[in-house]
Amino acid sequence: MVSKEQILQWLQAVAVVLEQNKDYLTEQDAAIGDADHGINMNRGFQKVATQLPSVADKDIGNILKTVSMTLISSVGGASGPLYGTMFLRASTAVAGKSELTDEEMATLFQAFVEGIVQRGKANLGDKTMLDSLSPATDTFQQAVAAGASTAEALQQAVAAAEEGMKQTIPLVAKKGRASYLGDRSAGHQDPGATSTYLILKTLWETVNS
Amino acid sequence: MKKLINNSDNVVRESLEGMAAAHPDLIKVHFDPHFIYRVEAPIPGKVALISGGGSGHEPMHGGFVGLGMLDAACPGEVFTSPTPDQMLEAAKMVTGGAGVLNIVKNYSGDVMNFEMAAELAHSEGISVLNILIDDDIAVKDSLYTQGRRGVGATVLAEKICGAAAQQGYDLTQVANLCRQVNLNGRSMGMALTSCTVPAKGSPTFSLGDDEIESGIGIHGEPGRQRMSLKSADEITEMLAVSIIEDRNYTRTVREWDADKGEWVEQELIDPAFESGDRVLAFVNSMGGTPLSELYIVYRKLAEICEKKKLQIVRNLIGPYITSLDMQGCSITLLKLDDEMIQLWDAPVKTPALRWGI
Repeated sequence: MVSKEQILQWLQAVAVVLEQNKDYLTEQDAAIGDADHGINMNRGFQKVATQLPSVADKDIGNILKTVSMTLISSVGGASGPLYGTMFLRASTAVAGKSELTDEEMATLFQAFVEGIVQRGKANLGDKTMLDSLSPATDTFQQAVAAGASTAEALQQAVAAAEEGMKQTIPLVAKKGRASYLGDRSAGHQDPGATSTYLILKTLWETVNS
Repeated sequence: MKKLINNSDNVVRESLEGMAAAHPDLIKVHFDPHFIYRVEAPIPGKVALISGGGSGHEPMHGGFVGLGMLDAACPGEVFTSPTPDQMLEAAKMVTGGAGVLNIVKNYSGDVMNFEMAAELAHSEGISVLNILIDDDIAVKDSLYTQGRRGVGATVLAEKICGAAAQQGYDLTQVANLCRQVNLNGRSMGMALTSCTVPAKGSPTFSLGDDEIESGIGIHGEPGRQRMSLKSADEITEMLAVSIIEDRNYTRTVREWDADKGEWVEQELIDPAFESGDRVLAFVNSMGGTPLSELYIVYRKLAEICEKKKLQIVRNLIGPYITSLDMQGCSITLLKLDDEMIQLWDAPVKTPALRWGI
């Protein structure tokens, strides 16, 4: 079970984590992209953090919709529409809820994946955020089905996200600006997969604390 | 980093404030969300042209807002595509009831944000078409991938389609023309140095004193190949021959169907250049290369075109689609027909491009 308060704490914590990792993500993006991923994600989530108090009394669906709209209108680049659509899909999937059962958390994860696939037309192995999000989603669903607690399932999901993130290193990018590098994109970790991993890791830490 | 800035967070806003102050006769600037628009907009009955992209490519796109070119430009953060709310507000401001054409460079961020903007405008009853520009031959052929980037042909499409809209073409006609300009234009660029993004503060990539990067895009993203420094003639030959000898290129693009309100896919093919073609030759500075060096490039380009039996009937030389302070250049060749020549020559009055008035 994940409460609304935990969702709010998670999103606030993501703003802190992205601020701390701004330069790290930007350095990763400079290697294969255009050196703005950390800057953009930080700008978006700082804005999210300022918006959250105004929706603290709303349901989780409404909160996630606010996150979505804020990211769409402040991040830019490819990350804005991708993360924006991801949270938008999730907000619809959990509309009206003030707490999420493990099954609803699984639905939320699934909506995240569907949002990315719909907007970015990406497939697993294209060297994108999907490469950490998708294994995390599968792992969470399997762990819950096997009877794990929410925190345990999230811990396993985060481990899968980390593994997926690391597996982007040898891949040749098929999407985004890194795809223009062709073979030269291999050997670098995908910054989108990294930011997704950080966001999921923060969710686990929030629920676990 | 040495930059003529006050605070890296305020680069885009302060630059826009300066632009508004410099050109009050041509443009106005709207803040939050940011967009630059024609002082006369909206113009009833005229198709409105909107483009946009990351900042750092000046004068593109804001410098091309005005008579005979764009009605609005949406600048994102430096090298970051603008957001859909900017494009939607710009469309609402400049629409004259004849529809809006968004000219979109093929970069995933720009494409996705403009797709969302088209959907939003459609839901508000504004007829919108998006045309993708993907003229950069440095990127490999591909059918269902990100495909080629949009670079120099964007400037040429904005000028030619801007003139067409000014002359009363309807939305479908302007969109078809824009697609034709894109299909007949090819570009390739190279870098002598990296650029420095103000918010990052250090060069995006490092190049040795004796190295160049060929096939770069316009965001400081590294190019396709690193090689040893060559003479201006050798670099020009490398770029020009790649462009001229590029064969038919096929890709599938998603375009918005304004009537149905949905995305449709269609296959488009660039025709190859042929002996006897009339072309527009565009030699562009990436921002840090002076005009004198561009003319050295043009000198060789003209010689190569003559040898390949391409007649240069129009040209454009200067910094028009730049990459901050990067040294380097790009070459664009556009195959022209009589209609495009007439539209190219038509009057234009914008901050960065003006003639015929």
